Amino acid sequence: MGYPHKSHPRETPVLSKHFGDAEARTLDGWKARGGYKALQQALGMEPTAIQQVVKDSGLRGRGGAGFPTGLKWSFMKLGDGKPHYLCCNADESEPGTFKDREIMRWTPHALIEGCAIGAYAIGAETAYIYVRGEFTEPISVMEAALAEARAAGIIGKNAMGSGKNIDIWLHKGAGAYICGEETALMNSLEGKRGNPRIKPPFPAVSGLFGMPTTINNVETLTAVPHILNNGAEWYKAMCLSNPKSTGSKLFSVCGNVAKPGNYEVVMGFSFKEFLYDLCGGPLPGRKFKALIPGGSSVPTITIEEAESVVMDYEGFLAVGTMLGSGGVIIFDDAQSMPRQLARIARFYAHESCAQCTQCREGTAWMTKILERIVAGQGTFEDLDTIFDLAEQMTGKTICVLSDSCGAPVVSGIKKFRGEFEALIKGRRSSTVAMSAGAGAR
Amino acid sequence: MSDVKMVNLTIEGRAVSVPEGTSLLEAAKVAGVLIPHYCYHPGLPVAGVCRMCLVEVEKMPKLAPSCATAVGEGQVVHVHSEAALEARKGVLEFLLINHPLDCPICDQSGECELQDYTFQEGPAESRYHEPKRFNPVEDFGGDVLFVTNRCILCTRCVRFMDDVHHEPVLAVSERGDRAVIARASDADLTQPWAANVVDLCPVGALVSKDFLNKARAWELDRTASICSGCSQGCNTIVETRDNVVVRQKPRSNDAVNKFYLCDEGRLDYRWMNRADRIQAPSIRLHDVLSPVDWDIAVAEAVKLLKGKRAYVVASPKLSNEALFLLRQLIDASKGEGVFRCATGPEAPLPGVPDLALRADRAPNVTGAELLGFTRRDNDLLGGLRDGDVLVLAEDDLGGVDAAAVRKAGAIIVVGTVMPIGLPTPAVVLPIANVAEEEGTFTNLRGRVQRFLQAKAAPGHARPSWYALGDLNGALGIKGEYFLPGAVFADLAAQVAPFAGLSYDRLGLMGAPVAHATDEHKVAGAHVEAV
Repeated sequence: MGYPHKSHPRETPVLSKHFGDAEARTLDGWKARGGYKALQQALGMEPTAIQQVVKDSGLRGRGGAGFPTGLKWSFMKLGDGKPHYLCCNADESEPGTFKDREIMRWTPHALIEGCAIGAYAIGAETAYIYVRGEFTEPISVMEAALAEARAAGIIGKNAMGSGKNIDIWLHKGAGAYICGEETALMNSLEGKRGNPRIKPPFPAVSGLFGMPTTINNVETLTAVPHILNNGAEWYKAMCLSNPKSTGSKLFSVCGNVAKPGNYEVVMGFSFKEFLYDLCGGPLPGRKFKALIPGGSSVPTITIEEAESVVMDYEGFLAVGTMLGSGGVIIFDDAQSMPRQLARIARFYAHESCAQCTQCREGTAWMTKILERIVAGQGTFEDLDTIFDLAEQMTGKTICVLSDSCGAPVVSGIKKFRGEFEALIKGRRSSTVAMSAGAGAR
Repeated sequence: MSDVKMVNLTIEGRAVSVPEGTSLLEAAKVAGVLIPHYCYHPGLPVAGVCRMCLVEVEKMPKLAPSCATAVGEGQVVHVHSEAALEARKGVLEFLLINHPLDCPICDQSGECELQDYTFQEGPAESRYHEPKRFNPVEDFGGDVLFVTNRCILCTRCVRFMDDVHHEPVLAVSERGDRAVIARASDADLTQPWAANVVDLCPVGALVSKDFLNKARAWELDRTASICSGCSQGCNTIVETRDNVVVRQKPRSNDAVNKFYLCDEGRLDYRWMNRADRIQAPSIRLHDVLSPVDWDIAVAEAVKLLKGKRAYVVASPKLSNEALFLLRQLIDASKGEGVFRCATGPEAPLPGVPDLALRADRAPNVTGAELLGFTRRDNDLLGGLRDGDVLVLAEDDLGGVDAAAVRKAGAIIVVGTVMPIGLPTPAVVLPIANVAEEEGTFTNLRGRVQRFLQAKAAPGHARPSWYALGDLNGALGIKGEYFLPGAVFADLAAQVAPFAGLSYDRLGLMGAPVAHATDEHKVAGAHVEAV
């Protein structure tokens, strides 16, 4: 778990091993902890060989979609004469997710090393780290680390004396959730409005500045040096369940829980034990009611469903939700689900880039209905309308923001319909302390 | 076509074969199926944002945006399947939740794609019970008024200003349902082609200030015409209500103006409605003009012209047919034909090759040149000899030193309005203007294009080809035509560059004159857009 707490004995700290260790932030400190060995090794390998190791390790994208990283890298056509780019997605704007923040804050060199290896493996000489603008502390840490690495010749021209060029640049976002979507991220990097692009063409064909580009999450790239150091088999062995989900994963836990924070466990860990043992269970006198396990975009599940889950990509799918980014948002029995879901919907309505009709109008409409229900002005037809809107908002737009608005809401209504009906019947639930619309928009 | 790979697919049960890379939306047009759409426009980069053009493609997991999906061999596309209709119905409901539905007072009503598609396949009523978004109306400058609440954010206007006009002054501002089209600070839509955003806007969000509240779309009569504002020869639609021209809009022609018309051209129509028109033929009696029958006026003109040399000052706003008949008259009298043309600054539309508001502000300069008229911009009457009959064909000699006119033995006016400040003409023959007759113009690239009659000529005014044909006939030259096509046939038979052209086959798209094209292309090469 790391700073300010000690790791739980049942955690497997790989990425989070040095969280809270200020010395690990410096180049010397990082080297003393085994840093940049993997990069040195990688620069002596063929890019395709690195891709193969990553493929063999079973590493999958940690940003949310879970796409196999090695396979993604192999889409980059090496030697096509075009400049290639690596974008590291450090926008981490998914509500409930704060793992990348800690990685950048405590182990900036781990990310730099991962980016450098990733860039080399896809034939790129330039990597951009697109970092969420609000991350002021991680940004200053990253900037200092980049300056150190550049001064030491680890990155830049002739990286580590290998004769290869790898430049890494930090780019600050300006506060848009949608810029965490990979094509919007590229538009934003290019200086354009952060609107998602239509796919195809996929980034590996035409991405940043129209050139072949790969976008990887911070956690994904940070895992790569460990894989090179310890071997694909070592990484693959970190698996307690489905062999398609390998390695360790950081979960950010927040909400109504005794010990919120980041926890790193091996894929396939029991979610029940995770919640009650590692995270300390609910607050005194409360009971867990529901949770959103992978950042606010994934469907809501009840605590009963959650207790049966094994924590890997397939395990969460089995109960109709997703591992997503690993941002676990927990609601206990003191919370009004309609109010929580209205707040989540309001977030998406606020962040819709406004390109696609369904998303621009649908997220706002859904929010208005939910807030009306919370205010005690709802009707039963409203629930049907929400289901229908969600249907219209799913699978019909350029990116999945509007799907992401519908998913937690629809699953939440299905699973906690009683709370909605109670509000609609005018018997305002005792747990609703405030009406909807509270809080700044 | 041999190197273009063709792709075969089935759209709504109809087999089509289109070049590789064609979008489903364009392929459907080939199949005769219109897929409803808002953000897509053939002249603009694909945005794929309105999601109105979603269609079902067999073996594809999701509905495909047909504007942004390329055709694939063997695809089977369903435009009107239940899933596609349901999705489009959803989009229409979404588009209407914040739309003011003020059709009764909206200029776009009747030619509004939101209205059309909603009637065609939209939901009968809305389930939206929340307050609507409201934003005030904004004057965008130029001829453009932005009625914010009607906007569906298709971004056609943004893309036109960015990618076609190369003046990126519009953008989507804000996010979510707060998003609006906004201007860059201090930027007005006063760029020379900016008002095209009004035509591009599929709804009533961007409307013409000039046309504001003037007429309902269904009251208008529409006539294919050619803009007479410059030598580009943009294809237009002249729209009239109760015999009054109220609007001029571009008519698409890939070879000339694509989909566009410059602001100067589109607003240059009021003169077509001038009230001070010559209503009747007249002759000079005791130094005063007296209205007479056409026959008497023509006979008087013949009397003057017999045995005299004709010095014809023709306007390059006259049709090829009128200029041809004047040419015949000049040749018969061994006279001379001259013209002048007003000029102004050139204004290209950067995103479209070879499209500009041209320096020559008249539609038929090339026609006049091909028909042997000499351009004398500064010395219009320089060739006038003592005793010549001066024929003023739609040129009122405005700004010309009247002293030179005294050399003329007589003045015959063939025009729409009376020249001012000249000695009383001996004969006045009233003719129709471009909106009141049909004929052809030859643009600066040598393209001959037809324009049609949009409204009735005032009083006894006659089409120029008709009036001049009668005059020529009375002079013993071939004349007395009954159809403009017959004049054109003689023109094509006698004037080499026009050889092989047929009035009928010109259709509404026009055709280039023979041989002259290259020469004129070279002459105009300096205005080719980058």
